[in-house]
Amino acid sequence: MRKDLITSLLAVIVLTVFLGLVYPLAITGISQVLFPGKANGSKLSVNGRVVGSSLIGQPFSHPVLGKNGKPKFDDDEEEEEILAPDKGYFQPRPSATGYSGNVTYFGNAGPNSAEAREEVRENLASYVALEKPYDKGLSKDRVPVDAVTQSASGVDPHISEANALVQAHRIAAVRRLSLSQVEDLISASTDGRSLGLFGEPGVNVLELNIALDKEAPLK
Amino acid sequence: MFQGWVQIAVFIAVVVALVKPVGIYMARLFTNQRVFLSPVVGPIERIAYKALRVRPDEGQDWKGYARSLIVFSFLFWVALYLILRTQGIHPFNPEGFKSGPWDLSFNTTSSFITNTNWQYYGGETTLSYFSQMAGLAVQNFVSAAVGIAVVVALIRGIAARSGRAIGNFWQDLVRILLYILVPISIVGALFLVSQGVIQNLSHATVVHTLTGASQTLGQGPVASQEAIKELGTNGGGFFNVNSAFPFENPSGLTNFFELLLILVIPAALTYTYGRMVGSQRQGWAIFSAMFALFVGGVVVAYIAEQHGTPAQHLAGLHTHAFDGSTGGNLTGKEQRFGIAESSLWTAVTTVTSCGAVNAALESLTGLGQAVPFANLGFSEVIFGGVGAGLYSMLLYVILAVFIGGLMVGRTPEYLGKKIGAREIKLVALGVLVTPLFTLLASGLASATRLGTRSLYGVNPQGFSETLYAYLSQANNNGSALAGYTGFIQPDAPGNAGAYGISFADLLGGAVMVGARFLPILFVLAVAGSLAGKKVSPAGLGTMRTDNPTFVFLLVGVVILVGALTFFPAILLGPIVQSLTTRLF
Repeated sequence: MRKDLITSLLAVIVLTVFLGLVYPLAITGISQVLFPGKANGSKLSVNGRVVGSSLIGQPFSHPVLGKNGKPKFDDDEEEEEILAPDKGYFQPRPSATGYSGNVTYFGNAGPNSAEAREEVRENLASYVALEKPYDKGLSKDRVPVDAVTQSASGVDPHISEANALVQAHRIAAVRRLSLSQVEDLISASTDGRSLGLFGEPGVNVLELNIALDKEAPLK
Repeated sequence: MFQGWVQIAVFIAVVVALVKPVGIYMARLFTNQRVFLSPVVGPIERIAYKALRVRPDEGQDWKGYARSLIVFSFLFWVALYLILRTQGIHPFNPEGFKSGPWDLSFNTTSSFITNTNWQYYGGETTLSYFSQMAGLAVQNFVSAAVGIAVVVALIRGIAARSGRAIGNFWQDLVRILLYILVPISIVGALFLVSQGVIQNLSHATVVHTLTGASQTLGQGPVASQEAIKELGTNGGGFFNVNSAFPFENPSGLTNFFELLLILVIPAALTYTYGRMVGSQRQGWAIFSAMFALFVGGVVVAYIAEQHGTPAQHLAGLHTHAFDGSTGGNLTGKEQRFGIAESSLWTAVTTVTSCGAVNAALESLTGLGQAVPFANLGFSEVIFGGVGAGLYSMLLYVILAVFIGGLMVGRTPEYLGKKIGAREIKLVALGVLVTPLFTLLASGLASATRLGTRSLYGVNPQGFSETLYAYLSQANNNGSALAGYTGFIQPDAPGNAGAYGISFADLLGGAVMVGARFLPILFVLAVAGSLAGKKVSPAGLGTMRTDNPTFVFLLVGVVILVGALTFFPAILLGPIVQSLTTRLF
């Protein structure tokens, strides 16, 4: 028993030092030398200013202003600003966390939850309201699922190709580009399946919007 | 859907291809033979024995082995608890997080010592980098090594020709860490960084987005923890949303790689087993039983998730797939993984006791949720946690031999050793203790008002949350229908104003410890009991345990025990939800 206690005590100390400090710090050091960009979060810059990460989605919206010129707040949820999508940008997927990159949680809506039905119904209505004026043929059965369902991480950097192609009509009209120009930008920002096999293709929304700003800046 | 089936098939093929080489490697390691890493690792190994003051060749009987294991785990429990209670003075704490509530620390400590990694806390909003690295990630290595050590001891007991020794705990611990877990983690972590998983010690970064808002990006030493979190079937995420967060799992390729890390050791151990007991067919028989149950779960999950949920259909959403859209139930899933990789992940992490998630389990369809419920209800024997899966399955093997023996009217024998009353008593206890913890705890939480404070969902979903919480903690899995909580954090991030729900924290912690270490004691006792038995040669009447009939019997016994124990409870949650379009 005494021997077990001594050995255990030594093991706790040795293992904590080696597995808990030497291993992660060595990996950190090597990573910072070999892959500094990726190890620090794949940041994207515009004109030398960091605007986000290519792996982390972000919102493209503005606060809705009330008559007094100040942002309006949601009546149900205190301190939650009402946001309206910026029509000049591709819109990401709905998020349970307001695209937080440091406080993450799941939406946790169950499969038979009335709350989930309301949420999808509202998302569907606002998606159609936003896109239909520019894409006359848009009907509910053509709305891709990713456009109206919350992602898991709350910061999904991608939207589906079908979703991007619907939004392309709006972007072309607002930015005064031809549809084919926008579609070219979409394919340039599309991440295919890894090795052509794993996962699903997705359009990286932040990269696409940065490319848009370069091609046809908003006034 | 065709492309999704291809992804799943390729993954399964790669796992099957790895079983033999990895299995041989581990078998050589556990039988004192040279492996290709010996020239590099051998000297370090010898220094480790000196530092720990142990004589590695000194065999222990089952009581000695168990005593070392328990004392070691207990001391580490104390150490981790102290680390979590002293966050205010930690180095590597750029956000300046204070310690969380004590009852939460009790739960988290028990969770990581037992290889569960149940998470009531949110990693990025409550824990210093020091707690993550020197506290939790150390346990990711150590608790995994303990699980593997136990199964190796059991295998030695089954294979032993004489004597009472079942190995030396310290030697097994050191070897498992130095030759298996650490090298693979180093390579795995660096690969993950090369694909975009972050690895730094910086303060969270504030960026100004294209539309002028500000966004804070969490940072930290993620890759080093991610690799062992998967490899050790631990599952505790650096971030609260775990492997759904792009900094933990940025692409389809990392998703595939992480899945491989999770499944490779539990699958390969069946081959190690066959080799160590001297009959490869015995290993493949167990592999086949696990494989059949696993593939069944994957198929059901994928088909279910491709269908969408009643809530989505009633909202007017069309969930069919078309060109450029995955279709299906994408709520709580990431676009880059889609339906197939999310369903596969859910099956892999719940058959093994990994419990990492890349999609919200709570948002799965009713039938989709039934898959993790079933996988856990079968007591994590389908590959299972590293080591723990195989030792639990071997208890079922002995049980199947016993039942088979009763059917043909002969004394049950396994690999030439007679299974007596003592072994069967220990096996029955080992098999029943985990379900017992689950049912008692969920019953207590559902029947008293104390459990309702933890709920997020209502009616069947609320019951599912409760049952899954204790099912997951008792099976040391750690995945969750994440609405269920034991921690309230009003002013995130940081622990200011946060408090734990003591009932859920303490009950969960006790369940994890009890359902981990009691079965380990029963398993080691079985190992000790079998070690000293004489081997009698197989005769004409000996029931074979390496043919399809036995695999069928084994699968039947696993399903029978799981269904008899849990079917009534699972009816009330996921099955109700998959049979109705009613909303709650």
